[in-house]
Order: sequence, then C-alpha cells, then structure tokens
Amino acid sequence: MTEQSPSRVPEPRISPSVAPTTNSHLVIEDVTKDFGSQAVLKGVNLSVARGGTTAIVGPSGSGKTTLLRLIAGFEHPGTGSILLNGSPVAGDGVWKPAHKRHVGYVAQDGALFPHLTVGQNIAFGLSASKLDGGRRAVAAKVAELLEMVSLDTAMAKRRPHQLSGGQQQRVALARALAREPELMLLDEPFSALDAGLRVATRRAVAKVLNEAGVTTILVTHDQAEALSFADQVAVMRGGKLAQIGNPFVVYTRPADRATAEFLGDAVILDAWMEGSLATCSLGGIPVRRPPAQGRVQLMLRPEQIRIAEDGNIRGVVVDTDYFGPETTVRLKLAVPPKLAGAMPDHRYPGGGEVITIRHWNASIAQPGMELCLRVVGEAVAFPVNGDGPST
Amino acid sequence: MTTQASAPEVSGRTTTAGRGKRPRPPFGVSAVAVLAVLIALFSLVPLGYVVFMTVATGWETAAALIFRERVGELLLNTVLLTVFTVPLCLVLGVGGAWLVERTTLPGHKVWAVLLAAPLAIPAFVNSYAWVSAVPSLQGLFSGVLIATLSYFPLVYIPAAATLGRLDPAIEQSAASLGLGAWRAFFRVVLPQLRIAMTGGALLVALHLLAEYGAFAMIRFDTFTTAIMVQYQSTFNGTAGNMLASVLVFFCLLLLLAEVRSRGTARYAKVGSGAQAKALRLPLHAYQMPAQLFLAALTALAFGLPLAFVLRWIMAGGAEIWAADELVPALLQTLGYGLGGALVTTVVAFPMAYLAVRHPGWFSKALELSNYITSSMPGIVVGLAFVTVSIRLVPEMYQTAGVLIAAYVLLFLPRALVNIRAGLAQAPKELDEAAQALGTPPLLAFIRVTLRLTAPAAAGGAALVFLAIVNELTATLLLSPNGTRTLATEFWTKSSEIDYAGAAPYALLMIVISAPMTYLLFQQSKKVAGQ
Repeated sequence: MTEQSPSRVPEPRISPSVAPTTNSHLVIEDVTKDFGSQAVLKGVNLSVARGGTTAIVGPSGSGKTTLLRLIAGFEHPGTGSILLNGSPVAGDGVWKPAHKRHVGYVAQDGALFPHLTVGQNIAFGLSASKLDGGRRAVAAKVAELLEMVSLDTAMAKRRPHQLSGGQQQRVALARALAREPELMLLDEPFSALDAGLRVATRRAVAKVLNEAGVTTILVTHDQAEALSFADQVAVMRGGKLAQIGNPFVVYTRPADRATAEFLGDAVILDAWMEGSLATCSLGGIPVRRPPAQGRVQLMLRPEQIRIAEDGNIRGVVVDTDYFGPETTVRLKLAVPPKLAGAMPDHRYPGGGEVITIRHWNASIAQPGMELCLRVVGEAVAFPVNGDGPST
Repeated sequence: MTTQASAPEVSGRTTTAGRGKRPRPPFGVSAVAVLAVLIALFSLVPLGYVVFMTVATGWETAAALIFRERVGELLLNTVLLTVFTVPLCLVLGVGGAWLVERTTLPGHKVWAVLLAAPLAIPAFVNSYAWVSAVPSLQGLFSGVLIATLSYFPLVYIPAAATLGRLDPAIEQSAASLGLGAWRAFFRVVLPQLRIAMTGGALLVALHLLAEYGAFAMIRFDTFTTAIMVQYQSTFNGTAGNMLASVLVFFCLLLLLAEVRSRGTARYAKVGSGAQAKALRLPLHAYQMPAQLFLAALTALAFGLPLAFVLRWIMAGGAEIWAADELVPALLQTLGYGLGGALVTTVVAFPMAYLAVRHPGWFSKALELSNYITSSMPGIVVGLAFVTVSIRLVPEMYQTAGVLIAAYVLLFLPRALVNIRAGLAQAPKELDEAAQALGTPPLLAFIRVTLRLTAPAAAGGAALVFLAIVNELTATLLLSPNGTRTLATEFWTKSSEIDYAGAAPYALLMIVISAPMTYLLFQQSKKVAGQ
C-alpha cells in the first residue's frame, strides 16, 4: 500500500491483496475534501486492481460516499489526485467531468428516471447513431442487458414505479452496464432492500459484474456485505482508511480495536504478552506478530471460543439469548485454576470478565451453569494505550 | 455558501501547464445565484418604495397624514372586516372540509369540487351579482358577506387536502386513549390543521386588505379603496402614499402573526410505514342538515353569482355581445395572461432551484424577501411601479412591460411554490446518474431536471394565468392607454351601471377560470402529500 499520512492512523500491517504498482485501474493519492469548515476526507490513499472488487466500508459519516462521488466526478477533491488507467482525472489542475470518465455509477435508490420506461432508462446512455443497426440495435442491447440482470425482457415497457426495489436496482445496474464501463461504482445499492432480497440482489449483482470483468467499488456500512462481496476491503473511519486488505485478513487480524469492533462482534480481554504467547482469563493464546510486550488488549472473535467437554478454563453462564439457529451466551469467566490461590501476580490482568460467545445448542447453556471453554486459533493483540501502533 | 460553489479552487495549482480545464462549479451555480439576487432585489421594489416615500415625506407630515380621523375610520373598517370575515372563513372552510373528507356524506366527491368552485368567480364579479340581487347592499355587513363567500375556499382547499391525508392511526390512538369522536376532533384533528388554518387565514386577510373592486362596488371603504380614490384625484399624492404605508404595515403585521401562530411543532407523519385510508364518520341524523348546509353555501357562493350573470346576459340580449369589443378584450387578457405566466415561471425558476438544490442562509434570505413580497397588495405594487417607472425609466411608463413586471411580482410566489415541489421530485442524483451515463451537465439538466419539473411548472403557470385574468387593481393603474382586458372592461361597464353590458365579460372570466380552479384543487392534494 502507498504510505499513509504520518499521523495517528496506523500503517496497515497487512499488505493489501493487490500491490498498487502493478496494473492498477484506479489510484487515489492523498485525497482530501472539505465541506465548508468540515474535513470529510483527510488524506486517502487507495489502489484498486483491474477486474478486482473493492468494498469501502465504514460507519455513516466516515466519508465513504464522498470518496465514491470524487471517483465518479460529481465532486472535486480539495487536494490530492485521482488516476484512472494511469492517467489523472482530478487534481493537479486536471479535471475530467463525470460524463467523460466512463465510470458506471449505481446510486442508493437506483436513481431511475421516473419519466422514462425501464427500456428508455437502460438506453439512456446509448446513442442509436453510434451503434450499428440504429434503434433496433438499441432494443436488442436493452433486451440483452435485461437478461444479463435476470429480468424479463417484457419489463422494458414498464415504468420504474411499477418495479420492486430489487428490480429497480437491477435496472439501474443494467443502465450503468449499457455503456460497458470498465469501472463500476456502487453506492450502498442494497441498503434500501429488505434482508432476504438484499442477499439475493447482492449475489446477482456480484455475479453479473464478475462475469463482465468490471472493476467494482462498493460503498457500504454493512460489514457482512463488504466481507462477502469484495476481494479487497477498505475500512474507512473519520475520513481516513484505517485498514485495507482481503476480507479474511481484515476480519481475523484487524489493525486496531475500533476496526475489530466495527467488522464484527469481538471479545476484548486484558492480557500479558510474553514472546508470542498472551496470558489472559482464557489461558495462554498464541498471537502472531505481537505489537508490544507486557500489558496488551487481546481480541478474539466469539466463534473462536468453543464449549469443551472439560478443561481448566471455566465460565458461569450469566444469561442467554435464543435466536433459533444459534444462542448467544454471556459468560462470567473464572480465574484459571493454575493461577488461583497463587501470589497476586502483577502480570496477570484479569479474571471475572463477562464475555459473549455463540453456540448452536441452546439446551446446554442455562443461567448458573458452569461451562468449560477452549480457544481455537490465534488472537490479535493491541497495545493498551489507545488504538495506535506501539512503534 | 453552497457546497458546489465553494468547491475546489486549488490555490496555485490551477494554472499549471494547461493540462486540463480549471475545475469549475458545475452548471453555473454562481450565475444562478446572481440572477436570483437580482430577482429578489426587484421583488423588494414595492416595499422599498413605501419606505422611501415615508422617509422622504418626513415625520411631521407623515404623522399629520396618518394620525387623522379619516385613517381612523379606514382602520376601523379594515379591522372589523378582518375580525368578522377571517373566523367565518375558518368555520366554513374547515367545516366544509371535514364534512367532505371525513364523513359518510353522499356525493362528497361532487361537494368537494363545488366548495372550491367559488374561487373561479372573481370577488368583484361576486359583488356585482350580489348588488344586482340586493341593490341596497352597502357597508360592513355586505363587505363581510361577499368577502366570506368569495374567500372561504382559500381555507377550505388546504384544510381538505390536509384532512384527506391525515393518518387515521392518530385518531385511532386517540380513541384507544378514551376520546370520543368529538373530543378526538378537537384535541387531535384540529391541531393537525393548524398550518392549513393559519396559512389559509393569512391568505384571506391579505386578500381583504388588497381587494379593491368588490368593496368599491358596495361603497365599503378600506385602505385599498381609499388609496385608489386618492390616486384618481391627485395621481401621486402624499396622502395616498401614507395610506399605502399604513396598509403595508398591516400586511407585514399579518405575516408576523402567521409566523408566530404557525408554531414549531412537527405535523408531518412521524415514523414510517404505509398509511391507511382516512376514516369516515357516519352522520346518521345529521345527514340532512349537512346536505342542506352545503347546498345553501354553494348556492350563495357559486349559484347566486352565476345565476345573476346569466340573468343579465338574458336581459341584455344579442346587443351586449359586441364582437369588436369582446374579442380584443379576450385576446388582450389571454395575451397578458400567457405572457405574464411564462415570464413569471421563468423568473421563479432560479429561486426555486437555489432553494431546493442549495439550501442555506442565502436561499433562506431569498425566500424571506419573496415571502414579504407575496404580502404586497396590488394597489401598492401598482403605485410603486407607476412612480418608479415615471421617475427612473419614463419611456417604460404605461407600457405592457411594466404591467407584466407587476404581474410577475404579484404572482411569483404561486409559481415558486409549484416549481419547488416539482424540483423536489427531481433530485440531483438523477442529474448525476445522467452524467455518469455520458451526458454533459447542461444536457443532463435539460433532459432530466427540466423535463421532470415541467408538469409542476405548467401547473404554476396555470395558476399565475388564472390570477392575471382576474387581476383588476394593478391592471387599472398600470395598463397602457387603450388596454382593455376582461377585468377592466367589466369594471368600466359596471361602474357605468351598464350591468347587462358587463355580464359577458364576467361570464368569460368565469369560463376561463373554472378549469384553472379545478387544477388548483387537484394540485393542493398532491402538494399536501409532500
């Protein structure tokens, strides 16, 4: 990854899945953006590989939509520059307006033109004079695009308001695909859909874009959507990119506590780091590349903590929430036996923390029961003072 | 100021080596802003005129002209007229709206239109019909009667639109909290109507202050009729100007009162979810009285004026249909109506665009100036334009241009409200979508935003057209020599007591107004939904 500004945000410790120098379709360099006195983007660097899928994920107000609008050409960057296919389109006195960038854009609600039919919407960016065969070719192209997004070609005659939300999004995608853009920008296109439709539409869209080989950038506040959709996830917070990497890496090895908690449920425990082993209320847990020695905060995903037949790590069930396929169990951890009764150890930070784990079998966890626990895999350690890196 | 106007201006970097165009705010937002400021300044001409005249007159003279018995009489007349008419209009308007929208009234669809119909009859035609029916009509009582019958639809239309859209869940909640139908109406439904009622009451009151013809015909003196008399005798006398400044003072006072009473509570539906259809209350034994009440109201407000216009037409026979007089008047009216509507719509567009796309203190200030202008009576606008055109641009005095300018100023708010609603239906995301599809910004604006705003703009233009057709006061003051519109011809003839001769003009005005009134009624339902 290109270097981050030298301030608080940690250098992403995991290199992104794609190196920026080779075949980058889109490069964003030190881009900032202010709205009045409010700094929305504070120096963003991002590189997107040709044909790759990148999700920009962050809480609302983190600047992710602004970044997308800068790429589309709807806004001018304050400073910094944006390069498409290696040539600058914004910054350094260069400005290429949206209609010349050849970038596809699907807005949150689809932004279909209400005065046009579905077919006319899809054909909006096509010009009959440039296609061989004129209007008939346009009609054929519209039908082809409708099929591509799995819609009935008879829908071409309908009006946007006669479609469901998911159908509208597919039409918006077909409309953007009509001009065969090499880069597609999706601005929370699934967030207005209800849960079941959201997953189905997301899969369908991902499939279409993948088959067309279009470089895709998805902006979303839904971490599950980002993790499942993209092969590169960029976590945005406070106008900066906190971490960039492949979904597995950013989820299992987040760069800081805030990223960890944003991307999913996290169990955070005080721990003592010696070498690559962290000792905490859940016993000794291996940590790869520990950022510090001594007192640290340890992060585990709830699914890493399993209920075991027996063992010396124990916890008492405080309460449970039944969700059907799984149960959320809140446990109060016991002091591990080998430390119990020993001298109070300054290195041993805890005991008695309440953590939340998940289990498929509701019947084994009743309040007051004592359960044995074991930890699967590695933990991630964060330095104790704030979220910043120790070095 | 605006996000786009303040966009990139990268200092020191923008001129390097001419590698590309300097970043520029899209679609000349600053040009639109300059245009809007000019329009706003222009729209403040009447207020500026009145303030300037008052200051120029000097305190001593002004005080002598303002604090005198004649002004006291006019003040009493105007205040009494307002105090009686506004509550009557509220009762008739809200009552009618409730019957039509919220009860199981047979024929409520027909009644809904009939209650709006009196708006198609200009107040001065209504007055003419009533004087024909009861020649002895005179003074305050007749003023209240005619004004109420002419203006109660101004309350009825917004009240009906609001009631029709009111979420029945609110009333059901009231019922579940133990309120009966009557108490629910007063404690829950009526407060929801507050905006419609204060807005309607303001409109009625402003019409009362501005109306000339209707009150002159029954010899009821208000500030407006008195200013007209002064103008006709002394042209541009100080006395008339001082009356005008008192009138403007009252208009501004009314604006302030409306702002204060509108309150800050939220009346839009809170929360999401589809809304059920409004409940209708069974009328049972009140069915007959309700039908009779509506029939009587419609008969007095719509039936009687129409009947007497038709009666005069019958009495006049063929000779009152003099084509050489009627046709030019009709053509001139249509010409001014269409021209004024077109110019007003074009002028309203930049202001509406700024208000919707670039909200902020700047567009708020523009709106405030527009709000103030909307309260200026036609007589004041007329006086201001007469004086300003004589003093500053004498060659423009008594030209069609000045009259059109006055129309623009008087009816700009009507166009503005509609275009704003239309623009709100065309979010800028659609423009951007078009740009992302390869359409240059200006073309995207034309193909998407203008196209989507067109129906609303046409609706606004129709309302301006309606207003111009029925405008009398400013037209009398400003029209070029030889101008004959339907309204001025009607006025000339009826002032000469040629009631039969005036009837065809009245009928033509009603016929032209009727479809526009229906359009206004239809639109109110949509606007209430936003």
